[in-house]
Amino acid sequence: MLKSIKIRAALACIVLIAGLFFLTPSLMSSLPDLWQKYLPKDKIHLGLDLQGGMHLVLEVDTDKATESAMERTSNDLKEALMDKKVRFRHIERTKNNTISLELPDSASRAAFEKVMKDHYPDIETTTSQIRDGNETVSLKLKEKKINEIKKLTIEQSLETIRNRVDQFGISEPEIIPQGEDRIVIQLPGIKDTTRAKNLIGKTALLEFKLVDEEHSLDDALRGNVPDGSVIANENRLDRQSGRRTNIPILLKNKTLLTGGYLESAQVKIGDRFGEPYVGIKFNTQGAKDFDRITGENVKKRLAIVLDGIVHSAPVIQERISGGEAQITGSFTMDEAKDLAIVLRAGALPAPVHILEERTVGPSLGQDSIDKGLWSTIIGGILVMIFMIVYYKFSGVVANVALIMNMIVILGTLAAFRATLTLPGIAGIVLTIGMAVDANVLIFERIREELRAGKTPRAAIETGYSRAFLTILDTNVTTLIAALFLFGFGTGPVKGFAVTLSIGIVVSMFTAIFVTRIIFDHFVWDRKIQTVSI
Amino acid sequence: MELIKSGSNINFVGKMKMAFILSFAMIIISIASVILHGGLNYGIDFAGGALVQIKFHQEPSIDSVRSAFKNIGLENSIIQSFGPNEVVVRAAESSTDPKGLTGRIDDALTTAFAKGSYEIRRVEVVGPKVGKDLTRKAILAIVFSWIGMLIYIAWRFEFRYAVGGILALVHDVIITIGAFSILNKEFDLTIIAALLTIIGYSINDTIVVFDRIRENTRKNIKQSLGDTINMSVNQTLSRTILTALTVFIVVVVLFFFGGAVIHDFAFALLVGVVVGTYSSIFIASPIILVWEKIRPNIKRKK
Repeated sequence: MLKSIKIRAALACIVLIAGLFFLTPSLMSSLPDLWQKYLPKDKIHLGLDLQGGMHLVLEVDTDKATESAMERTSNDLKEALMDKKVRFRHIERTKNNTISLELPDSASRAAFEKVMKDHYPDIETTTSQIRDGNETVSLKLKEKKINEIKKLTIEQSLETIRNRVDQFGISEPEIIPQGEDRIVIQLPGIKDTTRAKNLIGKTALLEFKLVDEEHSLDDALRGNVPDGSVIANENRLDRQSGRRTNIPILLKNKTLLTGGYLESAQVKIGDRFGEPYVGIKFNTQGAKDFDRITGENVKKRLAIVLDGIVHSAPVIQERISGGEAQITGSFTMDEAKDLAIVLRAGALPAPVHILEERTVGPSLGQDSIDKGLWSTIIGGILVMIFMIVYYKFSGVVANVALIMNMIVILGTLAAFRATLTLPGIAGIVLTIGMAVDANVLIFERIREELRAGKTPRAAIETGYSRAFLTILDTNVTTLIAALFLFGFGTGPVKGFAVTLSIGIVVSMFTAIFVTRIIFDHFVWDRKIQTVSI
Repeated sequence: MELIKSGSNINFVGKMKMAFILSFAMIIISIASVILHGGLNYGIDFAGGALVQIKFHQEPSIDSVRSAFKNIGLENSIIQSFGPNEVVVRAAESSTDPKGLTGRIDDALTTAFAKGSYEIRRVEVVGPKVGKDLTRKAILAIVFSWIGMLIYIAWRFEFRYAVGGILALVHDVIITIGAFSILNKEFDLTIIAALLTIIGYSINDTIVVFDRIRENTRKNIKQSLGDTINMSVNQTLSRTILTALTVFIVVVVLFFFGGAVIHDFAFALLVGVVVGTYSSIFIASPIILVWEKIRPNIKRKK
């Protein structure tokens, strides 16, 4: 029996030391070099509500991505059909993301079907109606292809946002997909939240379009928008008043070049007013296209459009070779920097919407840590006093288990890199109250057995074995509750479930296993006649 | 030291009717309060909207804050003081455009108070989609936790124990929600966490009693179930009250020292500990007895 006590005590010591081992970096801010070599470096990871930062949930508009894929297909198909000399009429994109077109005779129908089969395996015919020998066909993307596009859109969005956040310079950001079309972003310690949101949420689709100078803008504004043109807004800053205004401008619909062909983007300072602008450099293909476009359109105005807003529309003075251009506009330094970042990181494949935003300032986080710490200390001390008053020496044993419980919980949090949140601290405080429950159960049972006239040794034996099943049943049911909390909870609430679950499991060990060792030690060694309980 | 003298023999089963009437009344009041209030006072987690917490260097008057927000269309939002020198502004979903809200609030405050005399400490904006999602998940979490426990108790004990345990939990949850409704306290995600904790605590308490009933039934086969239940509740009474006390102590500490952010969470736990302890003694076990009376044939078949 003595041997068994020693083995058990050794096991308890190992667990305690392991807990302390993982906890040391969190408890001490600076360690001797020699220690640092052998000790883990991870401190307990604090949630955003404790260290401050921003939590964002974005929704990627994947429908938009399939729509633009359809748009491209539609243009492509039109050209392919003309190329193959297939006769068709009225090709257009219709509602529900479909393309409809008319085929006038059976020969063109056969030719059309061949083109579809050979070149467009992802497209299927939904309806076809023949009237007076005229067939109206409606086409749509196959479900499988749509899902593929959506998946790819999410992946690209994640990648792009990661790039942007990395270049913005935030340490330990967390960017993870959630559900089908959502992205969760956690940015610890961020100060300028508005800027970060703009940086992340901007689609950053850069397009070059010609200004429609042949038609009258006033006419277009009255509702007569010419075919192949569109009204856009040009953003202008009045340097004297500092006010921004949107001026309508008529653009040709066709996109000549996009930001997809960029190689780099840098902030530069203008010579004349010292105003910042963004210098862009195209890759080889982009430079070739840019050279051709500028060559073909000398003396015309080329609009630089970002997310549908015209930033500038300079007149092309001469053919531009070398693939360099500049986006001037009315930028502040920060805006220019962020624009360069988003251009470098690339455009988002689809627009994103912010569904949820939670920001906690660093001072509030520190407040919460302080309050959480005090609650834990005060709660712990009160419970310990209560246990000693009520159970005397046995209470002291329970308190030893309780302290060990706290150390192991925190050590486990550090070791598994779980996140500690404010509700998580509440979970620890609650564990203090619930962990002693196991000991209360055991002690009450021992008291009963003693009253029934059993010897201390027999009473302890029965007390532990009888109470064990009860404790197991009660803790498993509490774990069930914690498990569901973990499954559904977000952020802070999840943190609560984590500490509560760890606390329950650890309390089974400390309150039953560890206290038993102490009791066995005293009962066996000294053959005592009474138990201080 | 002993709080409950050993050998206590309080007739809990005899007070069953009174307890049922009391619980029934509390449940009716809770439900009526929720209906009369036109639903719960949902926080932005569920209803959507925005919450901004601002700390000033000097105690601001709520009116001055309200007038500062007039220009940005937030004058009708709820503005409450939140701890010393702090206010919380809650805006409904419809009245705010979440994009750039922080910037607008910052501008408005700078105009009304000097820059640097305040600090925006917390901003939460929840869109309606997320709110719906969270509501669904919260309800699912609670219902599934009930089902999970029902299965576990039915497996470890008997089905009638499970019925008693779960009904007691439903009882606890309804009354805690009722307390929030009567006091018109805000109901948000952390309260769901509190409800699940209460569920965990209350079932914990109940199972200790059940466990003893099971043990005593095996020991004294001839004793009537009512007497066994009474005996078991009495034997475990000391432990029930002790644990309730230790948990109550820490929850009171959280309530007073945990800070404003988890104040309501701690309040829910306070209510829950009291109701949960009560239900373990007066509701869960007597239900086994009632179940026995309604369907005695089941046991005889066994």
